Amino acid sequence: MTEEMKVKKTYAEINAKIKKGEAVVVTAEEMIDIVDKEGAVGAAKKVDVVTTGTYGPMCSSGAFLNFGHCKPKMKVQKAWLNDVSAYAGLAAVDLYIGVTEIPEDDPANKVYPGKFLYGGGHVIEDLVAGKDVRMKALSYGTDCYPRRELESLINLEGLNECYLFNPRNAYQNYNCAVNLSTKMIYTYMGGLRPKAGNANYCSAGQLSPLLNDPYYRTIGVGTRIFIGGGVGYVVAPGTQHNPSVKRGENGVVRAPAGTIATYGDLRGMHTRYIKGISMQGYGTTLALGIGVPIPILNEEMAQATGVSDEQIVTQIVDYGVDYPQGIAKSYGEVNYKELKSGKIMIDGKEVKTASLSSYPMAVEIAETLKDWILKGDFLLGEPQDLLPSADSGVSFKPLKERM
Amino acid sequence: MAAKKVLLRFSSSLISKPIVYRLIKDFDLTFNILKATIRPDEEGEMVLEISGNGENYKKGIAFLKESGVEVLDTEKKITKDEERCYQCSACTGVCPSGAISIDRKTMWVSFDPEKCIVCELCVGTCPSRAMQVRIK
Ligand code: SF4
Ligand code: SF4
Repeated sequence: MTEEMKVKKTYAEINAKIKKGEAVVVTAEEMIDIVDKEGAVGAAKKVDVVTTGTYGPMCSSGAFLNFGHCKPKMKVQKAWLNDVSAYAGLAAVDLYIGVTEIPEDDPANKVYPGKFLYGGGHVIEDLVAGKDVRMKALSYGTDCYPRRELESLINLEGLNECYLFNPRNAYQNYNCAVNLSTKMIYTYMGGLRPKAGNANYCSAGQLSPLLNDPYYRTIGVGTRIFIGGGVGYVVAPGTQHNPSVKRGENGVVRAPAGTIATYGDLRGMHTRYIKGISMQGYGTTLALGIGVPIPILNEEMAQATGVSDEQIVTQIVDYGVDYPQGIAKSYGEVNYKELKSGKIMIDGKEVKTASLSSYPMAVEIAETLKDWILKGDFLLGEPQDLLPSADSGVSFKPLKERM
Repeated sequence: MAAKKVLLRFSSSLISKPIVYRLIKDFDLTFNILKATIRPDEEGEMVLEISGNGENYKKGIAFLKESGVEVLDTEKKITKDEERCYQCSACTGVCPSGAISIDRKTMWVSFDPEKCIVCELCVGTCPSRAMQVRIK
């Protein structure tokens, strides 16, 4: 921040106001008008916290669980939850279940496009719902942990710990996907018809957390967040966090950029905000709701949170040939107002758009978080470290294959 | 004289043939075109509400199938599990009949079973599997 700010607030001041029930909290959607009418300084004086929200597929997610020791004790080497493999290369009865893992006997894409009806994301949803999950485990046996086989039902109530620990969530902006090849394809961005027959996008745009804090001035390690209907934290920069992409004059990234790693206890979550989902022909994943409160520390943050769909652009990317081949090429820029209108123009042709990220649920999450803060139930977590920003030199490296 | 809704899908080679015209002439069926998308070099899609005598209807449908037109089953129905739906809008991109609509202001997605022609395109598309096929 080079210029001296006219408005200056601290986390402690805002939290004191929240505790007294005096904080002014609005959603990122409501903030657009406020900044428009009162300017950034006026808005910064008036508003203390802006709430954001996003709800969409978040593939880099999973849950750690500790199921407690059986008798005799066992150091689990291989484990399955409802036939979905969980990683057991940890201490004796700790497991990690990733959302894109599918059952061992899933036909996958053998019957193309595969349906992928159940996977790790669904196991996590079942746990949140309080359902019993069938666990099977194998081991080689040791002197201290002699047991070699175990089969038991487990559920959330009986587990010691069970929390999401997601390496990469809440992408700051995402591609608009089309298919320029001549055959139908099925991707993590949904089914894409040949010759740009449709276009899919996946961002809450003006409500999306990191798009409202483009330079990560407030979001960092320790930021308290809404996650899956409960409370959690940002724990690190997400994998593939890439602050060095091109930005608009407003600082907003024009392509996928920043990400966050998150944590959240499954107890306290609700299946309305966390669901196992199936991407036809691609695999299973998790639809997860995340909401991040942004403290309006100064007019820079007011300006940033006043961003609207029209001011956020993304790139049209071909998933037919370019994306799978690692070719970085854009077929034009579109803004989120255009994407949400249901059609965009590509090469003079009108193309229908659809979203994989839920705007109505993003609104609901931002509203819920606003209510929590207004009630004084939810205080801002001051980050201990911010995420690497545009001047950090951090970028996203491709693999250099070598032997 | 029952009116039935059907979805016809035909390849580009069939587009130039007067198939629909023959439905009227040879089978004495009348219809409303509820929706039609036909682009050169691409698959065409047409939603028809056909009315006419039951026997002629069957013959007309058989004729369409023989001509290489894909006629979609209407004995099934589609239901939506509102609890599973997370309002993403993926299904709005594939629904050919207008049964799935979206309010562009709120981005809220609604399903009107009356307009559904059971093409099943939304079933595989819906990530949360909220759109389901049921036997009537
Ligand atoms: S089956 Fe689904 S996509 Fe097809 S018409 Fe009905 S609602 Fe629309
Ligand atoms: S695709 Fe499924 S989850 Fe998304 S809006 Fe349609 S019914 Fe709801």
